[in-house]
Amino acid sequence: MEVSSILNQKRLTIHEAHDLLKTRQLSSVELTKAYLERIREIDPGVHAFVTVTDELALKQAQKADEIIARGDIGPLTGIPGLIKDNICTRGVLTTCSSKMLANFVPPYAATVVERLEAGGAVVIGKANMDEFAMGSSTENSALFTTRNPWDLSRVPGGSSGGSAAAVVAGEVVYALGSDTGGSIRQPAGFCSVTGLKPTYGRVSRYGLVAFASSLDQIGPLTQDVTDCALVMNAIAGHDPRDSTSAPNPIPDYTHSLKTDLTGLRLGIPREYFVEGMQTQVADAIRAAISQLEELGATVDWAVSLPHTRYALAVYYIIAPSEASANLARYDGVKYGFSYQDTDNMWEAMEKTRQYGFGPEVKRRIMLGTYALSAGYYDAYYLKAQKVRTIIRQEFDEIFKQFDALITPTSPTVPFKVGEKMADPLQMYLSDVCTLPINIAGVPAISIPAGFVEGLPIGMQIIGRPFGEETILQIAYAYEQATEWHKRRPSI
Amino acid sequence: MKLSREEVLHIALLARVGLAETEGEKLGEQLSNILENFEVLQPVDTSDVPPTTQSIIRHNVMSDDEVTPSLSQDEVLANAPQKEENFFRVRHVLEQ
Repeated sequence: MEVSSILNQKRLTIHEAHDLLKTRQLSSVELTKAYLERIREIDPGVHAFVTVTDELALKQAQKADEIIARGDIGPLTGIPGLIKDNICTRGVLTTCSSKMLANFVPPYAATVVERLEAGGAVVIGKANMDEFAMGSSTENSALFTTRNPWDLSRVPGGSSGGSAAAVVAGEVVYALGSDTGGSIRQPAGFCSVTGLKPTYGRVSRYGLVAFASSLDQIGPLTQDVTDCALVMNAIAGHDPRDSTSAPNPIPDYTHSLKTDLTGLRLGIPREYFVEGMQTQVADAIRAAISQLEELGATVDWAVSLPHTRYALAVYYIIAPSEASANLARYDGVKYGFSYQDTDNMWEAMEKTRQYGFGPEVKRRIMLGTYALSAGYYDAYYLKAQKVRTIIRQEFDEIFKQFDALITPTSPTVPFKVGEKMADPLQMYLSDVCTLPINIAGVPAISIPAGFVEGLPIGMQIIGRPFGEETILQIAYAYEQATEWHKRRPSI
Repeated sequence: MKLSREEVLHIALLARVGLAETEGEKLGEQLSNILENFEVLQPVDTSDVPPTTQSIIRHNVMSDDEVTPSLSQDEVLANAPQKEENFFRVRHVLEQ
């Protein structure tokens, strides 16, 4: 079978690729070579990859073919995946798209990578991102900006922009991203792929380069909801190496893939249809919600989470505060960029951080340092943590009445490269619908829900803590009733 | 909330981030603008509200006191900007 011709016509899902491998219509080596070829062909326009791991991928593909020959094929065996470049891969460059880590080769692998590899997965490369995952467009990458495959003059979203762009462009079957305030869901919405931020603690953070430890989660970006469930089956679960990892048992997430929503109660929080939101985005999400009603769910259109309006301020105090502590480790001594042209310890440290970090990272370190400093701690950091409690409690209360909440993923369609770079606050506002979810620690998924003039719109489905099964069910039912997820850019 | 030049330099010192001359000025403006937005939190009544440090709460996670394999010295030092024998090389910490 001519694999490259298949890839040029359509984007394979994990379950489709699995069937082809299982029935021996093609080998993992053939599949991997076809993807490497496609990356060579189109990535010079998309710029999704920081590193392409040709050799490693082909070695893993060979091993996968041996596993398949033995009859031991698992759901991800032999299928090429992409890892965001803030997730440690043993022996493979992990840059966080920062000059600070431009030459950093981790001596160990993240738990999620170990789990994928234990299942015979093929790692085909590392994905571009906003530096240290701080941003909403990949424009903060110190390396280059990833382009949106639907319109190369626009951003793919961020910070997991490389992951989302590569998946929708068919450069890879699936990808892992990380989400601290929307960094999986917002690019998933901007690129029209499925992206899940699991409940805090559901997926191990061991080996994820820390940004804001109380908010960070790793999750999948995939072609469809079935693939999302398959990747979750592989990466979720307790890990003794992450003390915040939850011991709750993991279900088989593919059991949630049902098309009937009868009996499910959905709430539509009005605060998420914010001022300044594009009317076409709001209209598309309202139409999608009506469709969920037709699929059997009952919908309350007038739910309120009044403290949502404080989420942006809470997030931009807590996340930079935690970041300022986490990024204190980059001192030019143990690893990473190191300014050498002085004998003075303090000067070396300051210059290392001056030249090693980009503008947004410095901005957030400064912001966090200020919020934690003597005299301001109570007014900023402690106040934000208290309002965080109120936001969490509002979610607890509302989930007594509803099984899930439905909102837009972002207030707008993808914006132009350069459009929001002059004003950090404007950039921060593009995460206004996704930030509250990390503050509360609950899970949420973004799925394709329409287009405005050829540009994607994402729908966000928010669930209870450890309620991934419910949101996967709603996402699957909607996906099966619509065609949005099958549309692919003509790249 | 307008940050003075001195305040910006003080924060940079606390954070150990060196700033170029022009960078400091621009950062000061941007930070002031962002901090002004944080003022919205002040009127929220939080008098009886405890702070949240963790959204999904776990207490006292313990592990067994077992010896497990760790990285070799070579692996640990592989990314070091400067090393000597089996150590990270650092600059003088105490003034001579």
